[in-house]
Amino acid sequence: MKPRSMTLLLAGLLLAGGVHATAAEHIHASHAWIRVLPGSLPASAYVTLENGSDQAVALSGASSTAYTEVMLHHSSTAGGMSRMTMVDSLEVPAHGKTVLAPAGYHLMLMQARKPVKPGDTISVLLKFTDGSTLATDFIARPANAVDAGL
Amino acid sequence: MKPRCPLRPALLLLLVAGLLLGGCQRVQPLPLRLTNVTGHMPTLAFTLTDDQGKTVSASDFRGKVVLLYFGYTHCPDVCPLTLAHLHVVMQRLGKLADGTRILFVSVDPARDTPAVLHAYVNAFDPRVVGLTGAASDIEALVKRYRASFTREPSTGDGNYEVSHSSAIYVFDRDGNPRVLATPADSQDDLVHDLHLLLDTGVAP
Repeated sequence: MKPRSMTLLLAGLLLAGGVHATAAEHIHASHAWIRVLPGSLPASAYVTLENGSDQAVALSGASSTAYTEVMLHHSSTAGGMSRMTMVDSLEVPAHGKTVLAPAGYHLMLMQARKPVKPGDTISVLLKFTDGSTLATDFIARPANAVDAGL
Repeated sequence: MKPRCPLRPALLLLLVAGLLLGGCQRVQPLPLRLTNVTGHMPTLAFTLTDDQGKTVSASDFRGKVVLLYFGYTHCPDVCPLTLAHLHVVMQRLGKLADGTRILFVSVDPARDTPAVLHAYVNAFDPRVVGLTGAASDIEALVKRYRASFTREPSTGDGNYEVSHSSAIYVFDRDGNPRVLATPADSQDDLVHDLHLLLDTGVAP
């Protein structure tokens, strides 16, 4: 019966949501780094997210005590123009991975509360649409870094 | 008897042919790999303020191979990536890199003061020069190279994003446009073309 299976699915989703409400234990974060820019300029943060579960999850945003605001953004180049757009959420497929990397998806970190220097480790709380979160250490790298340097 | 007489015109012809060939070799286009824009764009011309607060014009960069890029400092992703890649290109050029200048022209002069630009460009490479100035002067330079930029609507907190051309315009030591590099182009090709432009130019 369709309505019934729908109800079950919803119940299952709710349950799953309940289980993940605190920590996103099926999500593994790696290659987490921040490109530090001088002064009070916004910085960008990159990370690779792997989902070990049977269900897709979606990154909805992040926060950090080191920055006033963190936004999920996407850079794109089309018709010879580069632009940035705000993103509501970014899916990490079941048993798959999603990469936040330069010239693509990234977290934009606004107004560091105190200067962040290359070599610093900054904790960022990644937030997912199911309500779960993942505290991740990001390594601060110089402005002219091209990757996580691993 | 004048046995040599009939040979003279032939010799002359050879000489002329040789000169012509030599001449041809000189104007033979460089085997550039990136999009060749030689003769299709105007020469480098501008008067702006550099990141030291000095008024500079294109003639101050004659003798250098110039890489021109439009961006802004509040761009945390694509602009730094482009400059970081150019830093790698400079490292690959080694000592030759001193014959180049990367001109980072701000399309956001309201926020990009010389001081902000100075800290920004120096975080990438010593060969980068930040340029800012009157909005009309920057607009004129953008139009000159058929580039463009648009200011996106404010997000409400006074912050705004700027869309901008992603290309890097490369000029030879005489300020003539030579190639256009886009983010999709390989770094090897840019290094290759810069080698050609640096080798054939007149040393400053």
